[in-house]
Amino acid sequence: MKNNGLWIRTILIVLVTLFGIYLVIGPRHSFTASDFGWEGIKRNLADNINLGLDLKGGTHLVMRVKTDDYLATLTREDLDAAVNAAKDAKLPVTDGTAVTENGTYSATLNLTDPAQADAVIDAVVKKVNFADWTRTTSGNQITWTLPTQIQTVLKDQAVEQAMQVIDSRINLVGVAEPTLQRHGANNSGQILLQMPGLDDPQRVKALLNADSELQLMEVISPPNPNLQTYPTKEAALASIGGKETADRKVYPYSERDDSTPGTTAQNEPPKAPTKFIVVKSPPVVDGSLLRSANAVSQTSAADDYQISFSLKPAGATKFGEWTGKNIGNYMAVVLNNEAKSVAFIQSQITDSGQISGRFSKQSAEDLALTLRSGSLPAKIEYQEERTVGPSLGADSIRAGVLASVGGLTFVIIFMLFYYRGSGVNAVVALILNMILTLAALIVLDATLTLPGIAGLILSIGMAVDSNVLIFERMREELRAGKLVKDAVSVGFDKAFITIIDTHVTTIISAAILYLYGSGPIRGFAVTLVLGLLINLFSAVFVSRTIFMWLLERNPNMKKLSI
Amino acid sequence: MFEFFKEIHVNWLGYRKPFIMVSILILLAGLFSAIGRQITPGGTDAFNLGVDFQGGTVITGKFKNKPAEDDIRNALTNIGINDSVIQSSLDKQDEVLIKIPLIEGESLPTTAPTAPAEGNTVNNQVNQGRQKVIEALNTLGKEVPANADLAGAQDGSYKIVGTDSVGPVAGEQLRNQAIIATMLGMAGILLFIAFRYDWTYAAGAVIAVFHDVLITLAFFTLFQWEISLTVLAALLTLVGFSVNDSIVIFDRIRENLSLHRGESLYKLTNDSINQTMSRTIVTNGLVFLTVLALVLFGGEVLRGFSLALFVGAITGTYSTIAIASPIAIWWQGKLGAAKMNTPETRIDKDKKLASASRRSVARRPVTR
Repeated sequence: MKNNGLWIRTILIVLVTLFGIYLVIGPRHSFTASDFGWEGIKRNLADNINLGLDLKGGTHLVMRVKTDDYLATLTREDLDAAVNAAKDAKLPVTDGTAVTENGTYSATLNLTDPAQADAVIDAVVKKVNFADWTRTTSGNQITWTLPTQIQTVLKDQAVEQAMQVIDSRINLVGVAEPTLQRHGANNSGQILLQMPGLDDPQRVKALLNADSELQLMEVISPPNPNLQTYPTKEAALASIGGKETADRKVYPYSERDDSTPGTTAQNEPPKAPTKFIVVKSPPVVDGSLLRSANAVSQTSAADDYQISFSLKPAGATKFGEWTGKNIGNYMAVVLNNEAKSVAFIQSQITDSGQISGRFSKQSAEDLALTLRSGSLPAKIEYQEERTVGPSLGADSIRAGVLASVGGLTFVIIFMLFYYRGSGVNAVVALILNMILTLAALIVLDATLTLPGIAGLILSIGMAVDSNVLIFERMREELRAGKLVKDAVSVGFDKAFITIIDTHVTTIISAAILYLYGSGPIRGFAVTLVLGLLINLFSAVFVSRTIFMWLLERNPNMKKLSI
Repeated sequence: MFEFFKEIHVNWLGYRKPFIMVSILILLAGLFSAIGRQITPGGTDAFNLGVDFQGGTVITGKFKNKPAEDDIRNALTNIGINDSVIQSSLDKQDEVLIKIPLIEGESLPTTAPTAPAEGNTVNNQVNQGRQKVIEALNTLGKEVPANADLAGAQDGSYKIVGTDSVGPVAGEQLRNQAIIATMLGMAGILLFIAFRYDWTYAAGAVIAVFHDVLITLAFFTLFQWEISLTVLAALLTLVGFSVNDSIVIFDRIRENLSLHRGESLYKLTNDSINQTMSRTIVTNGLVFLTVLALVLFGGEVLRGFSLALFVGAITGTYSTIAIASPIAIWWQGKLGAAKMNTPETRIDKDKKLASASRRSVARRPVTR
């Protein structure tokens, strides 16, 4: 052959095609004889392509948000805040008691001077939102109780909030198109999550339920370099009068160098801490003011990951103000009720920090992920787990596949009948488009769902259209009396303008759908963009190469089969 | 060479008024249906939203001999429940999850503060759903009380092991996000077509897309076809088809504008539609027939998806000729570049007008 360009085109096409076929139906292990049989191909295809919940089914998980715990924590926190508020106002409040049992949630303040009760109430409601609570005063006690109706509202909000956190966590893990719904009666606190088959469902379950409360707290200690630590919890408690109070808490503190790599992994029981510290409550900044968190590694060691975080503007202002006033003092980074690191403040810090602690890569990433997605209002418990079939129903999928294959067969027969010899080009381009789009989905590890198939249908439709445009153009040119050679070249050139315009328009809108959409909309956009990009290769480049071959063999062709 | 059309000369733009009338009539019918249904007390809602959007009841059935999913679905259809989701449990082989939408006429209270009365409504819903499912399953075999032993029961074939209400899969958030994303996508299309052709064409194409989506939705409210999440995918697909079709014709108009400088835009547009008619028939005919196969043989669950594509395949083709082109030409006329009523006259004034349009349309160099 004299035409080098043609050879290069051909070799490129053959290589891409073979690679595409391998990706779609090739095994991910070394070839065995069975991989070439029909059964082997089917098995490999099923292994290679991730199918979504609607096409293949997955895990069905019913969980319950422990809404009672949520109310209990809320009550205790509000009580602490109330005690602190009263003490800050120098009012005679000794301590408080919280009742969080049998559907009763109340916070009681004990005072020494009943005459000051009104002043206490004034001071407290300024700082603590007790608007929905009912207040009773008797002698030395002021009690705020949560009415049943408000309890229901708060529980409901807690479930909604938990759903949002779970939704964001599951998206961050990259589970494709899960479904998340309220489950059970209105006050059951249940959530139903269905997600497609996963490699590691246990990890996802642990991640969804992971606690990640980040707090930056002031350490009660003389300034640098005399950090006050205690060898036992008892000793620490003794220094604050025997028990934790509204504004003093004791946390275990494992000094960084003492921890052996790996032991800080989230799901393992923590190693017995060596020391305890006393910190001031409430925290200077808590997790709600967090803007982002990422796993970072300064060394290349596998188990030496830290988590760097940055704060939202509101948090940064608060933190900056506080650190500015406390230079030389100690600050603790408390994660899930354990001081991960204690540092003295060298200068004003505003919006970022680090949690050190020698995490493994996986645990640092999981932790950063849960920090980013916010903390759950309360723990969740898993109540039911089962594996379910496709939500579209196996029989409907079979019917859909059959109808699509029938439709496609008809398209192929029609193209061969209507465009005869040239129809072969179209059919080759069509089949190549499907193989390569599937291969691209496999490379991207994307999950195919019904919306994804809709995207595929649209791109196949446009693939057929591209060929029709080209062929109709050639026919027009032939009718106008052009030579076959010129008709082919003009036909391609003119149709190409149209094809580019239609494809670019659709790719632009699909890209926007991908950027701003979620779940099913993204699934649609991904296959559409891939299908269209591949189309430009299969319908234009490949089809033209086939025509070039024809003309190469017979340059003075008088009649084209079209 | 076998061809459907060799050369046709139809004055498409001449039919624009009846075309637009037909569209307006369908849209009005849809609007009346939607509003009428919404305000009729006790009637159906504007759209028949499926269990994906509305929530409903999930019943877990345990079977001695598990029937085929289709049989369960048919049994439910026979008693009037059309949009059920049947998911078999793979680890507990004899169990099936049956999800049915809310029973007509009552609605599940959303997440508002729960008064005790509303809690009862939910329980009512769940019980009604349970009764319906039992009614349907009894046509397949007898129920065994929940506390009895299924294997030991002589004449029983299934029992209900769980009944729960479920909320919507696609909540408000997903719906709003879908609408926003689609609108932004439209804006992207508008800008690109305006850049490649002209604002008038961009407007024509985008209005045609809206027209197609609205016509499809009109059919869904008129015939009360169920809208599930799959319909959303179908709507996105038909947007793509519609734009594709408009651009093919616009491209031809642009080309003809530079080839035939003396012609009026009105005639050039008709010519362009006629010249591409063969392609329009082949491509859209194939799409139409493929979708028809999906409607006829695609099964009950995909019905909404197939029907939306089916309507879309028709209106997508129709709107390019009946909506997109006339709007573009009409707007060009407003700008003084084309005249609607004088297709064949070639007075000097028209020539000038046509060339004004040519400037606005053909000024973009085509880069390859």
